[in-house]
Amino acid sequence: MQYMLLIHADETAFAAMPKAQAEAGLAAYGAYTKAMNDAGVLKGGDRLRPTAMTTTVTAKGGKAVVVDGPFAETKEQLGGYYLIEAKDLDEAISWASRCPGVHHGAVEIRPIWAA
Amino acid sequence: MNGSEVFRATERAARESYGRLVAHLAREARDLAAAEDALADAFALALENWPRDGTPANPQGWLATVARNRLRDAARRRATASRSLETLTMFERDLRSAVRATGVADRRLELMFACAHPAIDPAMRAPLMLQVVLGLDAAAIGAAYLVAPATMGQRLSRAKAKIRDAGVPFRVPEPEERRERMSFALEAIYAAFSNAWGEAFADDPRGRDLSTEAIWLARVAAALAPGEPETLGCLALLLYVDARRPARRDPVGSYVPLSGQDVSLWNGAAIDEAERLLSAASIMGRPDRFQIEAAIQSAHCARRRTGATDWPAISLLYARLYEITRSPVVAVNRAVAVAEVEGAAAGLALLAEVEGEGGLLDFQPLWAAKAELSARAHATEAALEAYGRAIGLERDPAARAFLIERRARLAH
Repeated sequence: MQYMLLIHADETAFAAMPKAQAEAGLAAYGAYTKAMNDAGVLKGGDRLRPTAMTTTVTAKGGKAVVVDGPFAETKEQLGGYYLIEAKDLDEAISWASRCPGVHHGAVEIRPIWAA
Repeated sequence: MNGSEVFRATERAARESYGRLVAHLAREARDLAAAEDALADAFALALENWPRDGTPANPQGWLATVARNRLRDAARRRATASRSLETLTMFERDLRSAVRATGVADRRLELMFACAHPAIDPAMRAPLMLQVVLGLDAAAIGAAYLVAPATMGQRLSRAKAKIRDAGVPFRVPEPEERRERMSFALEAIYAAFSNAWGEAFADDPRGRDLSTEAIWLARVAAALAPGEPETLGCLALLLYVDARRPARRDPVGSYVPLSGQDVSLWNGAAIDEAERLLSAASIMGRPDRFQIEAAIQSAHCARRRTGATDWPAISLLYARLYEITRSPVVAVNRAVAVAEVEGAAAGLALLAEVEGEGGLLDFQPLWAAKAELSARAHATEAALEAYGRAIGLERDPAARAFLIERRARLAH
């Protein structure tokens, strides 16, 4: 099965971090990504730019409305994602629990809706 | 066998092998609801065929094979469309391969672990197990949980859909995780039992039914994982408590507190079985919450032989249990036990600590204990007030009547 790991965290905390700490954090993500790649479970994934860069589109009366900012204002924001292939939920949990994101936020596991 | 005998035999096979078969099939199909549907079809086919052809030598194997074929076809049907001819050939082939069917491996433990998976809503773990391991229908489970059958049915299907769509595995977890996962399953069983045991159900046959089913689940867990002391401790605990059921009410239906129960009414056979389980668990040298609670119940039940209650031992066990659980319920029970050993004042001091932690203003046992201990300490004002709160929070009429009488006696 495929699962999406969605990393939710307070993006302002990262922005306020001292440079050395931020670099260490990114290195941890790098190692994690490599580990998943080496294990052959990684199907894709990326880090997302902060919500200040977000644009949201809805439609009102058939007309697209474009607004600045995220769909929902929350304390934690979606900061990145991984798409992985796992044999079952336990394997997905085991990968998610190694994600550095669990220590500074939460990792949500969403099964992909396979046809 | 005539028709109704066959019907009964099939029903018996259903009851005895339901969980085993569902577990087996669900593990293959990774889909609980589909496994149950396929099994229902197999039972229907059995009712058609067994009266005519005789009950097969291995009814479980027969049912498993029919259901497995049904599952495979259902999966295939999702891809293709045409049906009626296919259904006929399906029936034929089901019967042929069922004749060849052999034993069915017991996969119920895997099934329990799936039902008690941390990804499943904790409130739904026990209902799920009751349905898929024991074959109870949504109406019976709903009745036991005081929930409308349709609502319970919806919640059960939602939980099964989660198991299927999220890929919850049908597998005994790796050793490092097994203990924690096992405790999720046992917690759920224990919660079902306590729910049924609560005073609200004391006079209600639905309570007795659910606690019997919960004991049954605990039996399955203990039988399938006898090397895990927690499973033995849990079953022992449930048996000790349930053994006292006949003594909870006097002949006119009034509430009888544990201290006033006629020990000759306790179920001796159940207590003996619990004793054996508890000693088997304790030699494994891995005490856990269930084992300690079972030991406390064992100490209470020893009154049957000794005529007295070993309160110092009980209060030590509660202290140990509180270290593990930090549960306010345990803290209240511990205070009551300490009061028996060191006097009411010591018990009241512990209760004040519990009360100080807050969040327990509507916790009835706290007020009942406070009332009782205050009365013993001759703090009449405090006792009357605490009795008032305990009475106001009590759900069971018999227990309420008991408290009202105590309060009235104190007020005079």
